[in-house]
Amino acid sequence: MLDAKIPSGSLENKWKEYKGHCKLVNPANKRKLEVIVVGTGLAGASAAATLGELGYKVKAFCFQDSPRRAHSIAAQGGINAAKNYQNDGDSDYRLFYDTIKGGDYRSREANVYRLAEVSANIIDQCVAQGVPFAREYGGLLSNRSFGGVQVQRTFYAAGQTGQQLLIGAYQALERQISLGTVTMYNRHEMLEVVTENGKAIGIITRDLITGKLDRHFGNAVLLCTGGYGNVFYLSTNAMGSNVTAAWKAHKAGAFFANPCYTQIHPTCIPVSGDHQSKLTLMSESLRNDGRIWVPKKKGDTRKPNEIPHEERDYYLERRYPAFGNLVPRDVASRAAKERCDAGYGVGSSKQAVYLDYASAIERYGKIEITKHGRNPEEASKEEITVLGKGVVKEKYGNLFDMYEKITGENPYETPMRIYPAVHYTMGGLWVDYELMTTVKGLYCLGEANFSDHGANRLGASALMQGLADGYFVIPYTVGNYLADEIYNKPIPTSHEAFEAAEKKVNDRINTLMNIKGKTSVEKFHKRLGKIMWDKCGMARNEKGLQEAIVEIQQLRKEFWQDVRIPGEINEFNPELDKAGRVADFLELGELMCIDALNRNESCGGHFREESQTEEGEALRHDAEFMHVATWEFKGESNWTMYKEALNYEVVKPTQRSYK
Amino acid sequence: MEHYNMNLNLKVWRQKNSKTKGEFKMYRVENISSEMSFLEMFDVLNERLIEEGDDPIAFDHDCREGICGMCSMYIDGKPHGPWQGNTTCQLHMRAFKDGDTIVVEPWRANSFPVIKDLVVDRTAFDRIIQAGGYISVNTGNAVDGNALPINKNMADASFAAAMCIGCGACVAACKNSSAMLFLSAKVSHLALLPQGEPERKSRVLDMVAQMDKEGFGSCTNTGACEATCPKEISISYIAKLNNEYLCAGLTTE
Ligand SMILES: Cc1cc2nc3c(=O)[nH]c(=O)nc-3n(C[C@H](O)[C@H](O)[C@H](O)COP(=O)(O)OP(=O)(O)OC[C@H]3O[C@@H](n4cnc5c(N)ncnc54)[C@H](O)[C@@H]3O)c2cc1C
Ligand code: SF4
Ligand code: FES
Repeated sequence: MLDAKIPSGSLENKWKEYKGHCKLVNPANKRKLEVIVVGTGLAGASAAATLGELGYKVKAFCFQDSPRRAHSIAAQGGINAAKNYQNDGDSDYRLFYDTIKGGDYRSREANVYRLAEVSANIIDQCVAQGVPFAREYGGLLSNRSFGGVQVQRTFYAAGQTGQQLLIGAYQALERQISLGTVTMYNRHEMLEVVTENGKAIGIITRDLITGKLDRHFGNAVLLCTGGYGNVFYLSTNAMGSNVTAAWKAHKAGAFFANPCYTQIHPTCIPVSGDHQSKLTLMSESLRNDGRIWVPKKKGDTRKPNEIPHEERDYYLERRYPAFGNLVPRDVASRAAKERCDAGYGVGSSKQAVYLDYASAIERYGKIEITKHGRNPEEASKEEITVLGKGVVKEKYGNLFDMYEKITGENPYETPMRIYPAVHYTMGGLWVDYELMTTVKGLYCLGEANFSDHGANRLGASALMQGLADGYFVIPYTVGNYLADEIYNKPIPTSHEAFEAAEKKVNDRINTLMNIKGKTSVEKFHKRLGKIMWDKCGMARNEKGLQEAIVEIQQLRKEFWQDVRIPGEINEFNPELDKAGRVADFLELGELMCIDALNRNESCGGHFREESQTEEGEALRHDAEFMHVATWEFKGESNWTMYKEALNYEVVKPTQRSYK
Repeated sequence: MEHYNMNLNLKVWRQKNSKTKGEFKMYRVENISSEMSFLEMFDVLNERLIEEGDDPIAFDHDCREGICGMCSMYIDGKPHGPWQGNTTCQLHMRAFKDGDTIVVEPWRANSFPVIKDLVVDRTAFDRIIQAGGYISVNTGNAVDGNALPINKNMADASFAAAMCIGCGACVAACKNSSAMLFLSAKVSHLALLPQGEPERKSRVLDMVAQMDKEGFGSCTNTGACEATCPKEISISYIAKLNNEYLCAGLTTE
């Protein structure tokens, strides 16, 4: 019953064929068709701007005070594209292959190939918009390496790539707003999808300043609402990132795919205490030049700089000589956890490893000396260090500053302490090749959907996917749907489907406000996060997951009896906004555990302790689990699972190896 | 780094909404760790206020990494607090010591009306961008990214301007509530790139006109904006803006 609608033909021709044959809407009709875009991060802003340019009537929504503040702004390291500017053997096929392998053979070939195919256009588009990517002295674009890959295909703007890309998309969006093709609703939260006869016809939103509910009609609705990593409470996501929009869609009939696939990022600043509200990423790009190590001696309490080289265990270089410090994220995270669990962790909590820049500083310093026609052997150590620090500062300065502000330690002098943290969710709403969910006319783009990254995402590929979806995929696929919508009259928002949806939202808000319990939303969120991290985090097992399901059900019950939300409904009330989001996380968390329990294999970021090789690597069971697990909501704690089989026609799945 | 705990007095601006008058209220917070961020200290206080049945203090924030530009507290007379080149969310409690009294206010500027407590409306910035802060290129029109080499120094200077996070601290710091640093950053970001050339003149004229319409004050070169900008956007961009504006005014018509 799940039809991914993958076009026939060879892998390289599918998208070309699709574009050549999909239905089109003529310009006069586009002006009559309304498209709702929820979320204006990279995926949403690029989609809204592009659809506006095409002439559709677009309404766009975000919960921040400006589209420029979406969580995409925080992306640091870079964006991939198969440009092969470095002449190092890159191609669409290689980007496709790396992504499939990186995802541990749990993604759809056709989608991933399309992603690789449009990746080059993204860079061109962004450059044309004035995105100031890093450049070489010759004036051409610069590249760096990211994990799980042996070519240099990552484009970047210092450690602020997401910011620069989002500003580009934001400016394109603001231009459409000024031209009147897009109407923007800031500080508005979507709280319900309105459907009629299994088709999306609009949304209900709440104005976060006044608390007022509004109805919006759309011939198509696009959800571009980001990932749900905050179900773990502590993550690298922005504080406001949440699952609510996707979850409402799920309850309105959109299936949720692979909810348990979570990415734990290996290099984040470790937790420092109970007060911690979020975790900060130290970009993967730092693994280009930094070396990761722990002391060879258990419980070594010496300062890092006092431990000589021979007494350090560069465990990634030791275990994975071919990829070294640039193994994929899931592999690097598990390796860090293994060392810490075995008693080799550093810092006061012993839940950290070192990320060391000393050798990079020395290497770059020597290169600088050579550049000036001198022999590094004759330069003083101090001079080399000063020059080397200069180079490192240019490449990673903002990240080093951020580390210093948070920890109070100077990473140019002493190795950084890092530990894995929740970062990204590969799971999300199920979509077909056209990015349509199982609800007709309801689309899902960017991190919110499940496509493209399988069980583990490679670094610098989320920005690529968000912009691919928004700039280059949806304009075609939504047109193919809207071409038939021209025969349907707009549905007035007085229609009973809107009436009922608004009532549902209203009732729920009233119920929440009337609980008047004793415990703050934050406390429930923290407790949920702890259950998820302990039992559905970096390593999972049957017993733990079964316990987690019961604990989450219990916690949810408590929440609906005891949560305290101050203030009123019809005012600016962040606690009420948060309560609605945490209530949804309390449902999602259960489904994630069910999915993790059900997937009795290890793949990518999903590591079941019962399923590992002798060396502790993830062990897949392709015969049983080569599918997307797709969940239909049936009622509280009640889901039905459908499988979308994954057919590998081009790539041959093997045991992933980075040795 | 030595860790320590501290007790503090907070004097915080409370204002129910844009229609009511606000006032300062005093709060005492205890056992605050020097490792906490400034906003985490507010989290602790808010948790307590909720438990005591009070209304928590509203403030804007999202990334808590110094990049989204959402956080906006005026701390002890300085937007984003005492640290140089820093946002409110990146300020940590080791900047303070036991017994300190800290005064916290919203951004104050007529063009940024208060929504509640420490939250203000900064949509005027979006409207300034709408007036011309972009390059008019539709999706699909681009040539190859390397078709046009750009001098690295120019690209770097453009990037340095593009780092602006749109937080509005420059306006809050300025006695005239001028938005010139914000505006100059955007104009410079685009004017320094060859892609920005075709609309160079109309952009600066339209954006300045919109800024005036929003009611931001004029620039008298006090330099308070540069001193407070969390991204250390240089005041030299304002000179560049003035130049662009003059040239554009002289050559259009
Ligand atoms: C710290 C960090 C660094 C990263 N670095 C990189 C990197 O270097 N390279 C890379 O490729 N990826 C990176 N990623 C991942 C990447 O940034 C994200 O996956 C991506 O930006 C998500 O974009 P999006 O458009 O899907 O969603 P988001 O940017 O999260 O946008 C979501 C939008 O939806 C809106 N929204 C959500 N819910 C609602 C609702 N109910 N009603 C109305 N609006 C709503 C929000 O307001 C927002 O506008 C990083 C992630 C983090 C956390
Ligand atoms: S110029 Fe600086 S202070 Fe002003 S908005 Fe930009 S980042 Fe904020
Ligand atoms: S919360 Fe994003 S910059 Fe401070």
